[in-house]
Amino acid sequence: MASESSITSAGYIKHHLQNLTLGEKHVESATGVWTSTGELGFAESAQEATQMGFWSINVDTMFMSLLLGGLMMWFFRSVAKSISSGVPTPTQNFAEMIIEFINDTVRGSFSGGKNDLVAPLGLTIFVWIFLMNLMDLVPVDFIPMLVAQGASVLFGVDPSHVYFKVVPSTDPNATMGMALVVFGLMLYYSFKVKGTGGFLAELSLEPFGKWALPINIVLETVTLLAKPFSLGLRLFGNMYAGEMVFILIATMYSAGLVIGSVAGLLQVGWAIFHILIITLQAFIFMVLTIVYIDMAHQRH
Amino acid sequence: MDMGLVYIAGALMAGLGALGAAVGVGLLGGRFLEAAARQPELVPMLRTQFFLVAGLVDAVPMIAVGLSMYVLFAVV
Repeated sequence: MASESSITSAGYIKHHLQNLTLGEKHVESATGVWTSTGELGFAESAQEATQMGFWSINVDTMFMSLLLGGLMMWFFRSVAKSISSGVPTPTQNFAEMIIEFINDTVRGSFSGGKNDLVAPLGLTIFVWIFLMNLMDLVPVDFIPMLVAQGASVLFGVDPSHVYFKVVPSTDPNATMGMALVVFGLMLYYSFKVKGTGGFLAELSLEPFGKWALPINIVLETVTLLAKPFSLGLRLFGNMYAGEMVFILIATMYSAGLVIGSVAGLLQVGWAIFHILIITLQAFIFMVLTIVYIDMAHQRH
Repeated sequence: MDMGLVYIAGALMAGLGALGAAVGVGLLGGRFLEAAARQPELVPMLRTQFFLVAGLVDAVPMIAVGLSMYVLFAVV
């Protein structure tokens, strides 16, 4: 990690791409061999985070996503509690608008009969992912700087080693986690609606009929696995690229007044365009979730 | 690891991804304008479908661009 005085742009970019990973601390010996020290702690560098391997948790992603999820649930609960059919308050109108928008989309693309999980799932996915993506519009240095200074004041930690990635959806763990939950629901409903025999038949007899069984299985399993994989990585790719552009613009600020003002214009322009990307990606994630679960209900 | 190769790989991923996305969304935009010209009253519905399908067309190129930036900056 570059020392405090000579922070390079590459160091700055890497600093902003590093998650706050909690796991078993590792120490690198002179010969480059990583040995675990056994006690729990935050990773000091990217290499140590990778050394922590599977049993490590990105505290910043979890914190931000749970915080935003709680905020969403509190908002809808407070509206639901103080609902009044007589004179609706503006917040109630706003909440009703979102719910009706989701309801129309679900009714439009879900034809799998009575299923009272799909609409709430669609609402949760849309609002939660939208809130997660919205964190991308917060200036890049704002929250990480607060966390770094706070940590150095409270715990006396060296601020240059405090990493905090604000946008949860730029962490592939978060997006693939949601995609895997949707994949689990797809499988659950496939088995429930089509029955084990029906689902396996669909997997093995589909394109070319009975005699081309092995080819069918290969094709169908690839299609099945591609769904959650593309669902998760699409959100990650869009948000990661958007975050990267914000970070690159932020590195321009340190290059004098003229380039800094140009960077200011770029940041405003990209943020406005990014508003479209944020809502679009949340909407697409929701619509695809509904479509995938709807396909699980289709009985041939 | 020779960083030069990493940069070339990142550039190829992002460039080819951008090429795919440009062609895809270009065609999509053309069809959208044709449909809008033929039936102007359907424009609101067409517009939401356009954005939805543009998002889907963009999916794999954006995954490629995301991964190329991941390779360029995060893989050390």
